[in-house]
Amino acid sequence: MAEQKRAVALISGGLDSMLAAKVILDQGIHVEGVNFFTGFCVEGHTHAIRKKKQQSPKRNNALWVAEQLGIKLHIVDVIEEYKDVLLNPKHGYGQNLNPCLDCKIFMVKKAQAWSFMQDNGFDFIITGEVIGQRPKSQRKETMPIIARQSGVEDRLLRPLCAKHLPLTLPEREGWIDREKLFDFHGRNRKPQIALALQLGFTDWSQPAGGCCFLTDEQYSNKLVDLWQARGSREYELDDIMLLKVGRHIRPQPHYKLIVGREEGENKYLEGYKGTFISIKTTSHMGPLALIDGAPTPQDIEFACQIVGRYSQGRNATELVYEVRFPDGDTKPITTTALAIDALDPNWHV
Amino acid sequence: MSDSSPLHPASTLPETQRHHIDARRLLCPMPVIKAQDLIKTLQPGDVLTLVATDPGTLQDIPSWTRVHGHNLELATQTNDEYHFRIIVR
Repeated sequence: MAEQKRAVALISGGLDSMLAAKVILDQGIHVEGVNFFTGFCVEGHTHAIRKKKQQSPKRNNALWVAEQLGIKLHIVDVIEEYKDVLLNPKHGYGQNLNPCLDCKIFMVKKAQAWSFMQDNGFDFIITGEVIGQRPKSQRKETMPIIARQSGVEDRLLRPLCAKHLPLTLPEREGWIDREKLFDFHGRNRKPQIALALQLGFTDWSQPAGGCCFLTDEQYSNKLVDLWQARGSREYELDDIMLLKVGRHIRPQPHYKLIVGREEGENKYLEGYKGTFISIKTTSHMGPLALIDGAPTPQDIEFACQIVGRYSQGRNATELVYEVRFPDGDTKPITTTALAIDALDPNWHV
Repeated sequence: MSDSSPLHPASTLPETQRHHIDARRLLCPMPVIKAQDLIKTLQPGDVLTLVATDPGTLQDIPSWTRVHGHNLELATQTNDEYHFRIIVR
């Protein structure tokens, strides 16, 4: 009996990678999934922070997909290595700070490196890419670039659009029947949905706006603002996590406020009270805010007034605030709340 | 780990087979990655306890243990913390 061939599937948690893996599983291939965590993934993070999103399932969609498929999923932390992809993309950025083509090359390359690290190795790599689906990375001309620059070459199989592409090793060797692969192209999702239903799936993730925060204009603006304020493009996981939370208000170049928008965000920001100066109204219900930067005592008092503007005491003549320093020292400040029209809209990052 | 913790193992396993991860403040998938990377180094029968604050772990840790065939012996919530006990297979 022939040895069962083994494939690594890049699983994002979305429909396409789920279908690609399923199509290959159904051809008798042993498939295991790999999911790379860059720190910018929409998956798994923000849904756990905001209370108002509690009605949506707090599942990690890549894990959920693996369960539906009955395959193992390995989640790999690539936060550090990904910095070079974001900061120095050879193929440039998309509409915002999304280095989609470099990202895909990086992930395919990482999947290959990961597969070599496993005891028995894997024979090929599969992705859910569809020609024409993404303007930057999923085009007919970028498909060979990804295969070549990742070093994976003809061991990279895209089951959903394989019929538009040259034969790959798994097809040539007869491990995979090309006739059972697909010729999807373009942004129309109907063929994928029809295939999903045909394969018996009734549920799948459809993240609005993609699975990466770097495609989001507002998020990208906040990241650029962070880099400008620090004079450096270095970042840590906490930095990029905090960009996903709260209102970011920068009244002066040397400091900004991160103001919780609701209970879930306030609770999340609580975890950073040992790192940043924090402000909370004690005379009225209100949000928790962090100050990132190097504020003067006058700045802190002004920051209190901004926080007051988002509290239930916004119309009161006097509010009491608690300013807490990272070392645990606290200082009460009594002042007003900033008038609603005194908040310069340009301060919003 | 205090004796009142829901993770306190009544087990008589030797210390070398009991492992703990404090994943509080980490958001998914980091608690899963921490568990996954530690379990790779453990032996069958070892016990891993994990405490987290991300409510997403209530879905993700059980899901991860199912796809990898480990035995999730406990998944519970106390106040704002989520506690898990996994027996490595």
